[in-house]
Amino acid sequence: MIDKLDQVFVLLTQWVVGFLPAFLQPVAVVVIAVAAILVTFPGLFAICVLLERKGLGRMQNRIGPNRVGPFGLLQPVADGLKSLTKEDLVPLSADAAVHFLAPVFLVVVVFMGYAVLPVGRNMTLVNMDAGLLFYFAMGASTELSVFMAGWSSRNKYSLLGAMRAVAQMISYEVPLLMSSVAVVMITGSLSLNAIVDAQNVYTWGLPHWYIFTPWGFAGFVMFATAATAETNRSPFDLPEGESELVAGYFTEYSGFKFAEFFLGEYVGMLSISGLGATLFLGGWSAPLQVLGFVPSWIWFFGKVMLSMCVFIWLRGTLPRLRQDQLMNFAWKFVLPFTMLNLFVAAAWRFMGDGWLRWVVCSAVLVIAYVVMGRVGMRRKHFGPRSYRYAE
Amino acid sequence: MNFAFYLISGLAVAGALAAVLLKNTVHCALALTVAFAGIAMLFLQLGAQFAGFAQILVYIGAVAILVVFAILLTRGSETPRDGVYSKFPLTGLAIAAAVFAVLGWAVLNSASALPGAETTSAAPTVTVMDIGNALMSRYVLPLEIVALLLTAALIGAVIVAMHEKEEAN
Amino acid sequence: MLGEGILKGLAETARNFAGSFVSAERLTTVEYPEQRIAPIEATRDFPFLVYDGTDPEAGLRCVACQICEKECPPKCIYIVKSTDKKPDYVGKLQIYPARFDIDISVCMSCQICVEVCPFEAIKMDTAFELATTDRFGGLLYDKKELSKSNEHYHAIHPTEAAEVDARLAEEKAKGEAKAKAAAAAALAKAAAPAAATPVPKPAAPAATVPAVKPAEGESKP
Repeated sequence: MIDKLDQVFVLLTQWVVGFLPAFLQPVAVVVIAVAAILVTFPGLFAICVLLERKGLGRMQNRIGPNRVGPFGLLQPVADGLKSLTKEDLVPLSADAAVHFLAPVFLVVVVFMGYAVLPVGRNMTLVNMDAGLLFYFAMGASTELSVFMAGWSSRNKYSLLGAMRAVAQMISYEVPLLMSSVAVVMITGSLSLNAIVDAQNVYTWGLPHWYIFTPWGFAGFVMFATAATAETNRSPFDLPEGESELVAGYFTEYSGFKFAEFFLGEYVGMLSISGLGATLFLGGWSAPLQVLGFVPSWIWFFGKVMLSMCVFIWLRGTLPRLRQDQLMNFAWKFVLPFTMLNLFVAAAWRFMGDGWLRWVVCSAVLVIAYVVMGRVGMRRKHFGPRSYRYAE
Repeated sequence: MNFAFYLISGLAVAGALAAVLLKNTVHCALALTVAFAGIAMLFLQLGAQFAGFAQILVYIGAVAILVVFAILLTRGSETPRDGVYSKFPLTGLAIAAAVFAVLGWAVLNSASALPGAETTSAAPTVTVMDIGNALMSRYVLPLEIVALLLTAALIGAVIVAMHEKEEAN
Repeated sequence: MLGEGILKGLAETARNFAGSFVSAERLTTVEYPEQRIAPIEATRDFPFLVYDGTDPEAGLRCVACQICEKECPPKCIYIVKSTDKKPDYVGKLQIYPARFDIDISVCMSCQICVEVCPFEAIKMDTAFELATTDRFGGLLYDKKELSKSNEHYHAIHPTEAAEVDARLAEEKAKGEAKAKAAAAAALAKAAAPAAATPVPKPAAPAATVPAVKPAEGESKP
């Protein structure tokens, strides 16, 4: 019975597909799975939007929206209707084709990332051998859409926002990959299913999640930082900072195209939370062995929503980072730390089981954190100003 | 040769043609991105997962961005006043023919690439682990040379940027 | 250490979040219009005319001196003097405003009209929910709409109203005492030719002075 609940979606799909002739069945399975993704994650997006507004409100000593429906629960519906019925303005001098394609490209690429996430036991859309690489390939393509949006608007502020956004995303792409490489190294496979299976092992009822190891914890913190920057989320939201650049690269977008960008951003956040959960938090495995009766997909979505809550918490707490502070942070602190994390993970692997590897790895990481925090984040001493004029 | 191959290669060729024929330089760069995507899909169709995804990650995610940045930071984003066609068409044609001949000779000499010669079921599926092993054992020298080259490029870029700052001072 | 500030900030925000469900200190929202905060006493919105007693026509303090009309910066007050007179609070006959209009869409709540009025006739009201759908005069208030009773004034500005009432009572008492003294003087004057001694005459002004002093003393709050 518990197994049935765990596999309920797989069994449902098989039952529905059983009504179709044999040659249509593989296609039908894929179609149903894709439809499920396209329904679930935008639904989660609606919940996240509401959660964010009410959560941020409470953190700022105010109530969030509470007029539309009981406790404001129908606010996403109102937002969706508003986006759909707003006039779609395209500036006269804008590049119409690229202007139209940018949000479309973003949404397509962002949804592709879900194809490899193991949402539950046996619930991965495509079980790829190089799943993680596919995910990062899709993530890298979002930068192109951001650039297309900024450039096609023929608006200096949009272009500036797009340049900043792309620079930020490229800078943080490297630490994101490096912190995942540590996980891949220890697991020995790029397949996300294999990574989850490696973490689904229990000792004394506690799981072998990578976050519970020193290198995994450091890796998770770096991954979370890089993920926040990748999705242009506060405190790294300078490209879309409302007080600096109006709305950055999507200034000239209105109505449904803006809603698509918004959807793309939040779906990207959910996606990268899902990846973080898979890599470091054990994916769909339960935190304690005794809780194994709860269906696996509930654990996955629980971890994703927990990550979203942390994102919202960070947004409500931290002020925005300036562009140069952002870049300094990426190249002078996060990147060296993730490279060190790789070495520590290797040391962990080759030291064998025992208490010694815990002590050594933790000590190295803590000392490196403190030292790099002092050295890498030292403030520049400003000398006399020099000017460089554009030729 | 199945329908998918023709479709994907059509897309890649169309993207490449658009990249040389379009007037607006940034449009050309985006069409080049389509060509890259086409090549990646060809890799995936052949079953080379690692090569396909690495193509997307590196070419579309980094090289295309580099190309558009280069266009934007120089004055290439203005549409050219003269035509986009070269002033020396015959020389261009000769060079293109020479490159095609070299590529054709390389393709024809690798026997397994010929259609109908050997079916794909005989080709072994290469996993990422195999690629990693090969890189570390058989191809470690090319790997180290490429790493050296990349380091040199990185240092060169830093020196060029620093040199500019010193000049300004 | 790097990150310490972030953790402290996160703790504070978490405290805000959790506290907003339990304590009012961490959730300061007042959901208008279902909940309202009582305005403080010095609140001011638009002027109104004070009348004493129950009859707005008879008890109106305004004597149409037109000082407020002249001093109003955006000139939102329009007064038309009456042709007849009516008795004021001390009994003296005064003219009254036949028309007293304030355009509250022009009024900027500067309170200058209140400050210059010598008769404590115009004061600031605290009502602000005055939006109307009638745009051709819905915001032009005439004398009837502007007249509100002294009890209303006490209700919205108790301290001020008490002060004003005291001052008016004192002036009334002063006036009455003066009238009594004048009556006594007139009586004395009328009695002087009847009497032979001129002693009561110098005694009369001397008698009025101590009469005024205790009255002044007792009316001071």
